[in-house]
Amino acid sequence: MNIPTKLYVWAVSVLFAAAGAAHAASKLNVVTSTQDMAALAREIGADKVNIDSIAMGYQDPHFVEPKPSFVLKLQKADILAVVGLQLEIGWLPPLQTQSRNAKIQVGGAGYMDMSQYCQVLEIPTGQVTRAMGDVHPLGNPHYWLDPDNGRRIAKAFVDKFSQADPADAAFFAQRYADFDQRLTAAVKGWEAKMAPYRGRKVITYHRSWPNFCERFGLVVVDYVEPRPGIPPTPSHTLEVINTMKREGIKLILVEPYFDLRTPNSIARGAGGEVAQLMPSVGGVKEITNYFQLFDYDINELVNLFQKVK
Amino acid sequence: MRVFMLAPALMWLFAHQLPAQDTTELLNRMKAMEERIKTLEAEVQSLKAQPVAAAAPATAATAPVAPTAVAPAPQEQAPVALGGAGGAAAKVLNPDISAIGDFIGAAGYGANRKIPSLEMHESEIGFQEVIDPYARADFFISFGEQGVTLEEGFLTFTALPSALQLKVGKMRAAFGRVNTLHNHVLPWTDRPLVTQNLVGGEDGIDDAGLSLSRILPAPKGIFLEGVAQIFRGDSENVFAAARRNDVSTVEHLHAYGDLSESTNLDIGGSYARGHSPFGNGTNQLYGADLTVHWKPLRRAIYHSFVGRTELIWARTTTTPPVATASLAIPRQTITPFGFYVSGDYQFGRRWFFGGRFDRSQRGCGLPTNPATTTPCTLPPADTLLQDTGGSLILTYWPSEFSQIRGQLRRTHYGEGLTANELIFQFMFSMGAHGAHPF
Repeated sequence: MNIPTKLYVWAVSVLFAAAGAAHAASKLNVVTSTQDMAALAREIGADKVNIDSIAMGYQDPHFVEPKPSFVLKLQKADILAVVGLQLEIGWLPPLQTQSRNAKIQVGGAGYMDMSQYCQVLEIPTGQVTRAMGDVHPLGNPHYWLDPDNGRRIAKAFVDKFSQADPADAAFFAQRYADFDQRLTAAVKGWEAKMAPYRGRKVITYHRSWPNFCERFGLVVVDYVEPRPGIPPTPSHTLEVINTMKREGIKLILVEPYFDLRTPNSIARGAGGEVAQLMPSVGGVKEITNYFQLFDYDINELVNLFQKVK
Repeated sequence: MRVFMLAPALMWLFAHQLPAQDTTELLNRMKAMEERIKTLEAEVQSLKAQPVAAAAPATAATAPVAPTAVAPAPQEQAPVALGGAGGAAAKVLNPDISAIGDFIGAAGYGANRKIPSLEMHESEIGFQEVIDPYARADFFISFGEQGVTLEEGFLTFTALPSALQLKVGKMRAAFGRVNTLHNHVLPWTDRPLVTQNLVGGEDGIDDAGLSLSRILPAPKGIFLEGVAQIFRGDSENVFAAARRNDVSTVEHLHAYGDLSESTNLDIGGSYARGHSPFGNGTNQLYGADLTVHWKPLRRAIYHSFVGRTELIWARTTTTPPVATASLAIPRQTITPFGFYVSGDYQFGRRWFFGGRFDRSQRGCGLPTNPATTTPCTLPPADTLLQDTGGSLILTYWPSEFSQIRGQLRRTHYGEGLTANELIFQFMFSMGAHGAHPF
């Protein structure tokens, strides 16, 4: 071994020996891909679990930068809960690989694809091509916007947390029972508020709302995007205006991360209103939990429905 | 079930020993219990009929769960699924396959740089899949008009202890930033002059070897990663291995920090060493890179900015040019330096505008990739030539899966020639191409 090679071996050894061993954590470390999953995990885990999330509620969850700071979160995770259905396909896989954490790799003991527990809509049945836009071939991933799916996700967390931390299983079960009770009561209230508007037709910007609309009886007639993920074009914008006029549609539902210029222009052309609804917990600062997400969206919708009659 | 069967029997037994006035009440209670048993049996059948995916986690839980904790299961009384999956299900184990096309056209005066007017520059085919619970594999095969090359093909061990990660195979070396990037993720149609002159150009340091990396402890949420790589030592125009001992090594240390929610900074330092392809000695490269990202999360799909710079110093052993060989100098060492600075601003959902400034020295007469040089006739003391260039770039994304780009490039070569070119590029992807690291 010549001197440069010896130096190289020495330098590399020093570099890697300098790294300390990871500290054993007393609490379960849970990382979720979105704040919605984190909010539901928090309902079950409370202070018995450390919960962190990656995508913020006010950013488009399809386009998140896989920043190295997220790798640090994933490196320590015992459980990684993802929305799945390829929502995170553009950013999560390299973070998982870079985390060097075997537990959270696909198929690992700590990996949870929450779509496996939920009712998923818009699963394509025919041929799927990119001519259809950025379509999700496994189904629409915005399923958490149905409270029944929220309940199923929470139940999945109970089972996973109990498996990972059997000593606190009774606590998690009790938390779930309480959550289930509160959610049942809240759903009754939300349904009562939306009851006068069941069957109303709406336009949405992106296909973020099928579960929400089905749950609360709204009918989505068209989208501001001509295809999922394809920005609006002038000809399609005109088509949407004509559709709204023809069918008497007064409301356009828009997520907070989309530019409002085109929806506002459509609303002006069709004599309607734009409702900026939050598809996720954390969309605005007053939405800090799963219940407040529906409270906010339903209040916003009711106010606008009353306004446009 | 045994409890359910035993209960009516016990009730019957006790009923004979009770006074007649209680018999009616007991019969009523038995009827109520029968109804309850029927309800419970229906629930059991319903739970058995649920999909396996939903049931598995529930059965895995070891802790007792209160009866009230069972979720209501609307629409879950699915019929029992009979038979296995169809033949097509076996294909789900196929790797993710993708193809990326890169078409380039050029107009104007290119000086010594011989770029065709129209060229299917590259077609990259990717195969990516998890191998087993411990590793994944990534293969990228590049089809150009000149032939086929394995751009990268490596196995990544994702489950090593002590937060280590090992890659084995052929891979782009972790030297700086641009060297690690595939063509289709570059913010330009070409690579900077410093890369072309000193780091092997488009192919770069791309060799067979092993790469070991580790996330190192750092304060205040800083991501600090160390990478050590050892390669066979063959990378065109950078390293050449005549013997087994002529391996090359690359080390990279980079630190990343979030300055705010929208802004982050990445700083790196690199060192590479191998046998020089231009003389009997070593070629050493020192690199420093800095990248600033800005992307406001609420409008992340509309606006962003990336600023990059990379500085590279080389210490290269060369054999003197043929014209000066009569001076009988066995070998000499040249120390060229180069850098680039670039910025790219996204000003719409589909539109990006950017600029790049390049400056790089190179050994007189030494090859570059792509070739831009002429035979050297200068004396040894002046064996470094300096190229300077600038580019303006406009990029349009019809969708996430296609891209149209135009680049105006002006380059002044050390030989005294000035090139003015318009380069345009069409790029498109199909299939499931995995996301690239940040």
